[in-house]
Formats: sequence, C-alpha cells, structure tokens
Amino acid sequence: MRRIISVLMENAPGALSRVVGLFSQRGYNIESLTVAPTEDPTLSRLTLTTLGDEHKIEQITKHLNKLIDVVKLVDLTEGAHIERELMLVKVKAAGAQRAEVKRCVDIFRGQIVDVTSSLYIIQITGTSDKLDAFLQAVGDAAILEVVRTGVSGISRGEKVLSL
Amino acid sequence: MLIRALRDEGVEYIFGYPGGAALHIYDAIFRQQDVKHILVRHEQAATHMADAYSRSTGRVGTVLVTSGPGATNAITGIATAYMDSIPMVVISGQVMSHLIGEDAFQETDMVGISRPIVKHSFMVKHASEIPEIVKKAYYIASTGRPGPVVIDVPKDVTHPGQTFPYEYPEKVKIRSYTPATRGHTGQIKKAVQLLLSAKRPVIYTGGGVVQGNAAELLTQLVQLLDFPCTNTLMGLGGYPATDKRFLGMLGMHGTFEANTAMHHSDVILAVGARFDDRVTNTVSKFCPNAKIIHVDIDPASISKTVVADVPIVGAVDSVLSEMLALIQETDERPDAEAIAAWWKQINEWRDRHGLYAKPRYDTSSEKIKPQEVITAIYEVTKGDAFVTSDVGQHQMFTAQYYRFDKPRRWINSGGLGTMGFGLPAAMGVQVAHRDATVVCVTGEGSIQMCIQELSTCTQYHLPVKIICLNNQALGMVRQWQDMQYSSRYAESLYEDSLPDFIKLAEAYGHVGMRVTKREELKAKLEECFALKDRVVFMDIMVDQSEHVYPMHVAPNGSMRDMYLSKTERT
Ligand SMILES: Cc1ncc(C[n+]2csc(CCOP(=O)(O)OP(=O)(O)O)c2C)c(N)n1
Ligand SMILES: [Mg+2]
Repeated sequence: MRRIISVLMENAPGALSRVVGLFSQRGYNIESLTVAPTEDPTLSRLTLTTLGDEHKIEQITKHLNKLIDVVKLVDLTEGAHIERELMLVKVKAAGAQRAEVKRCVDIFRGQIVDVTSSLYIIQITGTSDKLDAFLQAVGDAAILEVVRTGVSGISRGEKVLSL
Repeated sequence: MLIRALRDEGVEYIFGYPGGAALHIYDAIFRQQDVKHILVRHEQAATHMADAYSRSTGRVGTVLVTSGPGATNAITGIATAYMDSIPMVVISGQVMSHLIGEDAFQETDMVGISRPIVKHSFMVKHASEIPEIVKKAYYIASTGRPGPVVIDVPKDVTHPGQTFPYEYPEKVKIRSYTPATRGHTGQIKKAVQLLLSAKRPVIYTGGGVVQGNAAELLTQLVQLLDFPCTNTLMGLGGYPATDKRFLGMLGMHGTFEANTAMHHSDVILAVGARFDDRVTNTVSKFCPNAKIIHVDIDPASISKTVVADVPIVGAVDSVLSEMLALIQETDERPDAEAIAAWWKQINEWRDRHGLYAKPRYDTSSEKIKPQEVITAIYEVTKGDAFVTSDVGQHQMFTAQYYRFDKPRRWINSGGLGTMGFGLPAAMGVQVAHRDATVVCVTGEGSIQMCIQELSTCTQYHLPVKIICLNNQALGMVRQWQDMQYSSRYAESLYEDSLPDFIKLAEAYGHVGMRVTKREELKAKLEECFALKDRVVFMDIMVDQSEHVYPMHVAPNGSMRDMYLSKTERT
C-alpha cells in the first residue's frame, strides 16, 4: 500500500541524509520526498511516500523514530488528510494541438504559466493521481518535460504535528 | 577544550592513534594527566579495545583517531560495536573546515561513511560547541539501546588559539530523543498472566540482559518460576550457566535441549534478544506453538522478524522487576504438574544429546580436541576469567564449553563476527581490570588480523593470555566447505605459510608455548595461567577435522532440526 509519512525533524546538517540513508540501507523504497523548513526555523518538515505492507511500514516508522534528529512523525494515510503535489509540464502546443491542450488544462484546473508559439508550460496541483491523469490525457507525444515536487500532506481537522 | 570535556565526562582512558588532523588534541593530552591514552598499533584495535572496555565495565569506551586513513581504519570496530549495541564514542580528527569538500590531504567524509553504523554522529562547527556535543555524545551512546557515536572534529576547531568561556553541562536534554524507560504496565500484566498459564515455557535472553544490568533480576525470575532459561551468544552470563535451569546457548550452534525446548514451547519470554537469523533458523518454522512475549528497549527490534504476541518496550531491568513484583504479589502459580512434566522431557533431551553430561567428541583420539581445550581452560581458570574470542569454530566451542556464571565475562563479536576482535578486546578488558585473568581464545587465522597489538601489550603491561586453537585452517569456513561444498577447501588452508607463533611472541618480549600432545595440555595451561604478569601465547595444535555441533540444518530447517555430529541428525 502507498503511504504518506510526514516527519518533523531537526533542521540540522546531515539530518536529511540520515533519513535517505535509512531507506537505502534497509532496502525500503522512496517514491517521492519533499523537505523544507517550517514556521519554526529549527525544524524541517519532510514528507515521503513509500510502498509497503503493514509490517514494512511499521518497521519504517519505528526506524525513522529511532533517528536522533527525528522529533515526531505521522503516517498521514492512517487518517483523513489532504495531499497535494505540484507539477510543471512543458508540452508541445502547435496548430490544432494548442486548443486541445488548453482544453485539457481547463478541465484539470491547471494554469498556463508560460507560452511560446510552439509550446506551453503548465502548472497543475492536486493529488498524485490527478497529476498522473493529466499526463495521460495530454499524451506522451506532446510532453517535453515533467517536473513534480513530490507529495506534501497535512492531516484534516484538529490534529497537528508539532513539538 | 575537548580533553577537558572528556575529563569532566569522567573518561579515564582514550584508545587511539595520532595523525595530522588530531595533533592539537594530542598536544592537549600531553599537557594533562587525568585522561590516559593507550597507543595502539592499528586504529581497528583501538575501537575493539574501547568496545571491550565498555562490554566488561558498562562504561562508555572512547576512541581517538586522525582523519582519512585513521578514520577508515576505525570503521570495522565501529560496525562491530554497532551490531552488538555497545556504547562507544569515537572522536575523529578532520581536515580544516575551509578544506572540507576539496579532497584535501587525508580527507574522508567520516560522518558519511560511518552513518549506517552509528547511533548518531556530530560534526563540530565551532570550538564553543565542544562541551555540549561531548555531553550529548556520551548521553546518546549510553542510554536507550546503546551504540557508537562519532564526533568529527575539524583541525581548526581544536586550535589552541581559540578560547571560549568553558562550562561543561550537567545534563542534556535532546527534544527529539527520549529513550524508553518503564514498560507498559498493562502489557506487563498480560505477560505475567501468560507466563503463569504456561505449560511448556522457555525464557530466552540476549545481550540486552547483560548490557542492561539485569542478570540478577533475570536469575530471580527464572528461579521463582522454575522455568528453563537459554541465552543467545551475546547473552551468555546473563543467567548462571552452571544452574540446572540453564539449557545452554540456543541457535545455530546451540544445544540440542535449548533448541528443541524452544521448538516445542507454548510460551516464550524473550528478553533483550532480537530473534536474529542465527537464532531462529527459518522464521516461518520458528516455534510453531509458542505465544511470544518480547521485552526490549528498542521498539524497532520488536516484531522485526518474529511477531510478538505481547510486545513490551522498556528497559529490561525495570520490566523484569515489575514482573517479579507482580508474580510475588499473586498466589497464582504455573501448573506444577505441567512444569514438572516439561522438565522431565527437557532432562530427557539433555541426557540424550546434551553437551555437558558426557563428552560428545571423540575422547579416544590422539589429537587434541578443541572442546577439551576450552574445558581445560574453564577448569584451570575456575570459570572465573574474562574470556574474549575471535571468530570461527574456536568462538563457538568457547561459547559452548566455557560456562559463564556472571555477566560481562564473555566478550565476543556476535553480530558482525569480526575476526581480529579477540586480542584487542582482551587488552581492553585488562585495561579496565588490571588484576583479573583475561583470556583471548583465538584461531591462527583470526589472531593474524590484529597480531600487531602484541606490541601494545608490551608497552602497557597488559598480561593477557592468548590461547590459539591452531587447526591450521580457517576452520569454520572449512566446516561449511565440508558440509556444503563436498570438502572443496577453496582458500581455507595456508600451505605451510603459518608463522612460528612462539618466536613471534618472543620477538615482542612475551612468552610463547606450544602444545602438541593431549597429555601435556592441562599442565601447560596451569603453567600459562601461573605467569600472572606475562603475556603468554599458547599455540595449541588441535584436530583440524573437528566440526562444531550441534548445528542447525539450513536452509529451510526449524529450531529443532540439527546435525548432532558428522553422522547423526535429528
Ligand atoms: C574479518 C573477517 N573476515 C572473514 C570472516 C569469515 N570467517 C568466519 S570464521 C572464519 C575462519 C576463522 O579461522 P580461525 O581464526 O583460524 O578460526 P577457526 O574457525 O579455525 O577456529 C572466517 C574466514 C570473518 N568472520 N571476519
Ligand atoms: Mg583456524
């Protein structure tokens, strides 16, 4: 199962490499990873998505928790949560394709953020599934470049991941 | 400032080796007397010495090495300590801050290469951080599940020109680190209920009981319940081996009765053990009828390989004393009839194939058997020596035949299986226990991996006794080649290239003795141990063809599937 694990950790040198190292060392896979400082500059928030059965996810969270730099973590997929990913796509947009792509962007509620006579750069946010669907809709033939931020997420309601 | 912090931390000994990036630190060592330094001959030995110093005392061992090759030479020892959860602080010199990342002379990314084998690491950025980092390092190394911590110190940071107001912190708090202490009371109650309802219980304990200073409590619990107890390779000494409730070691080379009892048990209490693959054999066939209670300080150890029915995260001493109190409070006792029947069964297994009632090796042979050497060492030292070992057949024979009644007496590299560990480990123990008898049981293969330390023994008067079970082969490799590769001895023999160990020992100023005949064994050992203040190297020529038994049948075997000799299996 795909899981989104959100980690609050010390904004310290080497902290990120310990997290990433743990995954390679123990043979866990990382699908996506994003990390940035939080409102408290001494803390970073890291969100990663990974695949694994219950047992594996339990091991992953236990081992992450063991890292000295990790303050707290939560498996967002255990409860109601919001997940978002941002994607920039450079697509061919010439002739008849131009209108077709534009229509697709509207349907997925994306934005065209740069234009030349032959291409568009599109920005689109949503769940990873939605971004996948958009890419499929536009079709491989038109796509020149795809940049995705990876998933970030937050739990719904009162629940807060903080010190 | 660094050495002052170490002194204030209570560090007595540093095991190390100097070099360019560490020279400011070495100069500081020279200019004081409180912290003593032991100069080794190879940095790997410094780590093993510090490691064994720690294993034998419970205090944190301290290592100091220079950057680059000094740091990389320390890696094997750090990994050894990591695998066995031994508290250790390794301080490595680093090139000057402004050179980091430039492939400077003797630069290696020590924090990077050590990352997977440390509990934590620090890179010092400013001299002013040193006291706090040192405090944190010792705190992290020694609490929770212990482990090695690296402090990488760029040379400029230790420059004597840098002065700062110095204050050594009394305490540290790390907001992201709160090691477990007490276990969950509800879980402990559940565990006690399960224990009291057991009909075929086994208590299986590991290094956590030794490290967690819980041997006494374990002994009380076992005796109160009258349950059988077995120890892992790392856990030997956690329960007195000469007590009748002790089943011997379990696992790949465990006793027939320990492995068989585990297989047939209905309740297993695992304490400070981690269900290592060398213990469980095939996990899916592990103890099919047992409910498992697992007590460990590390939540990640619980249900990692074998799923626990009653997991308890907590310090083993605290959990065991709560269990004891609960059992003492209640009148409920296990079904006496069932326990008696269980003991009858176990004793029958013990009589059938146990190692101790009568010798399981050929006693009519002309050749000296390694098993009888260990038995003789046990007798001559009255079971009261500190015994370190290297890795191989001699290690397993020692674990089987030296019967440890006290914790912290058996010192070996269990998790990593590091050849070369034995001699420096014995030296580290001797540093901590000046008057104790310290024996290193080794093989002619392993001893050559750190033999240069014979020189360090001379310099610091460390009169360890080295007993080399010389089978003229990488015996454990040879055994596997016998069993799995039709005796094709690929690179496990030396073709008459072994040194004369007697002359070698003498060259370093020590005593060398060779034993080739069975009859002289006991007398020569007596002679060796009588030489209290000398290093003695005993080269004992043992039967090359001997195998370690029992041995788990693998792959696909269960706990009870064992070879018992070259011709018998269960
Ligand atoms: C550093 C290292 N290299 C290789 C091994 C693999 N290994 C395990 S036991 C063994 C043979 C050890 O030979 P010896 O020290 O003579 O002991 P014996 O088995 O003969 O008693 C080897 C090569 C190891 N454990 N450690
Ligand atoms: Mg050998």
